[in-house]
Amino acid sequence: MSEIQVERVTRLSRAAAVVGVLLVGVAITLPAWGESSTMRDFVELACYFVFAMMWNLLAGYGGMVSIGQQAFFGLGGYGMLVLADHAGVNPFVAIVLAALATAALAWPLSRLAFRLQGGYFAIGTWVIAEVLRLSVANVSVVGGGSGTSLTALAGLGKGVRESVTYWMALGCVVATLVGVYLFLRSKQGLALMAIRDNETASESQGIAVGRMKLAVYIVAAGGAALAGGLYFVSTLRISPDAAFSVNWTAFAIFMVVIGGIGRIEGPIVGTLVFFFLNKAFSGYGTWYLMGLGLLAIVVTLFFKQGLWGWIQQRHGWVLFPTQRRLRL
Amino acid sequence: MIAWLDVLIQGVLLGGLYGLFALGLSLMFGVMRLTNVAHGDIVVLAAFAAIAGVSALGGTAGSLWPLLGVSLLLLPLAFGAGYLLQRQVLNGTLGRDPLPSMVVTFGLSIVVQNALLQAFSADPRALDVGELAIHSLPLPGGLALGTLPLITFVISLAATAGLQALFGRTALGRSFRAVSDDREVAELMGLDARKVYALATALAFVLVALAGVLQAMRTTVSPGDGPLLLLFAFEAVIIGGMGSFWGTLVGALLLGVTQQIGFQFDPGWGIWFGHLVFLAVLVVRPQGLFPKTRG
Repeated sequence: MSEIQVERVTRLSRAAAVVGVLLVGVAITLPAWGESSTMRDFVELACYFVFAMMWNLLAGYGGMVSIGQQAFFGLGGYGMLVLADHAGVNPFVAIVLAALATAALAWPLSRLAFRLQGGYFAIGTWVIAEVLRLSVANVSVVGGGSGTSLTALAGLGKGVRESVTYWMALGCVVATLVGVYLFLRSKQGLALMAIRDNETASESQGIAVGRMKLAVYIVAAGGAALAGGLYFVSTLRISPDAAFSVNWTAFAIFMVVIGGIGRIEGPIVGTLVFFFLNKAFSGYGTWYLMGLGLLAIVVTLFFKQGLWGWIQQRHGWVLFPTQRRLRL
Repeated sequence: MIAWLDVLIQGVLLGGLYGLFALGLSLMFGVMRLTNVAHGDIVVLAAFAAIAGVSALGGTAGSLWPLLGVSLLLLPLAFGAGYLLQRQVLNGTLGRDPLPSMVVTFGLSIVVQNALLQAFSADPRALDVGELAIHSLPLPGGLALGTLPLITFVISLAATAGLQALFGRTALGRSFRAVSDDREVAELMGLDARKVYALATALAFVLVALAGVLQAMRTTVSPGDGPLLLLFAFEAVIIGGMGSFWGTLVGALLLGVTQQIGFQFDPGWGIWFGHLVFLAVLVVRPQGLFPKTRG
């Protein structure tokens, strides 16, 4: 009688892990030899990536399609600013503290959002984000509608500031990627994927569906806030319209759908595609945005699994195996 | 006292227009659980179509006939566009998962906004309705009813009554309710759900086109207005409670009055006030004020 083995890694995923560690190792040294524009690009890319990962966790795994994640992006940004400029906290520490505070705030907000389901949940979260935008625009301490600048970093030299921001961004990317991966491989992650596949069946198996969804909502909010704090530390200027813009979520949806929803590789591929499209074509303005909208429509209609899903179907490649495969 | 009565009247009249925005959204969600994220952008698209049509005819020049002609042409066009969009695109996105239909309509929203931006620039525009814009009926106590808002309100009332009658009394309304309740059984009874859905969207687009023309007559429109109009329509539907068009209209009237009260305090507060009342309703009475359906 042969033994049954549970296979949780593939040869490709092992190779991907090794390459990943090497890449991170090289990336850490970038401030020593790279251009400052490269570092700025990476920080922007990192914000998009973390935000898209969180949207993917929320919608792709938690089944909660939201158009209001910019609420948490903005709260992260403003939280960081208030802590740094008005409470004297180190801005880089403030990013993390603001993300934790936003996650805590997501709990009461979830009580509002969870009153609605499906498509109406999505628009309800958008209203919440709008309320936050209009509310912040009425707070004169943070500059009201026209926004304000981050002054806490003024004393720091440009080189040091850019390097530390870059390392912080790299840390956020690695933490998000490793955190989500380990979570999805854990027992809790298995429960979340069961909920995604069939909510009623998983509830009948004893999974606390409501608590799980709440947890995912809170984590996704904290992650989005992390991206927001990081973004505004790098731009040094914040305004309600920029911080709570629906475009953040629009771009996240675009990245996740293009890359492939409900898989970790999806946001990675999607963020890279989006970033390069942005660099190459954003000069075309309205035509570029029309193209993005059309691309999202076409991919949703004809390539439901996104780019990576298509690759996975053809070649069976999995870089981040979250499933358990039984081998006899 | 008189001042607050005036606020109330203005709010109710504004709510009439919001009612027209909301009916289409309510109809599409009710029949096929489809949330059209591009709803507000279609309102704006219709408004710009009317503006372009009238200017192609050489402007209104003090007469409302060109506008009337363009509107009469626009409504069947909207019907056709809605039918085709549902039949060719949106039907393929329906299912248990709300994501595909939302991404497709979100994409559509971005395409429409940027196409309008490209064609008409970001400048706000309006339909020139001449005398009608300032004409009003005097009321006792120095109050006045704007003629155009009143006409809008009457149209909204008629549309609500018409939809309710259509759903309650006609064969088409019966098929709308049937596919909404249970698509599979309705299909077993010989209904073609895909066609019924297409008719529902076509009808919703007619209402939306009407709302767009009236919006451009009342105020200015610009390509980026769509999302805000979507949120107004959505709030009206939720405040009113799902499953009843009269509920949607009352929700819209409440939203209009609330916004008008907010505007009294500070011009920047009207919309904010409306959002807050919506959230309050969500907390206190998540099923809405006059729900007819459950779940």
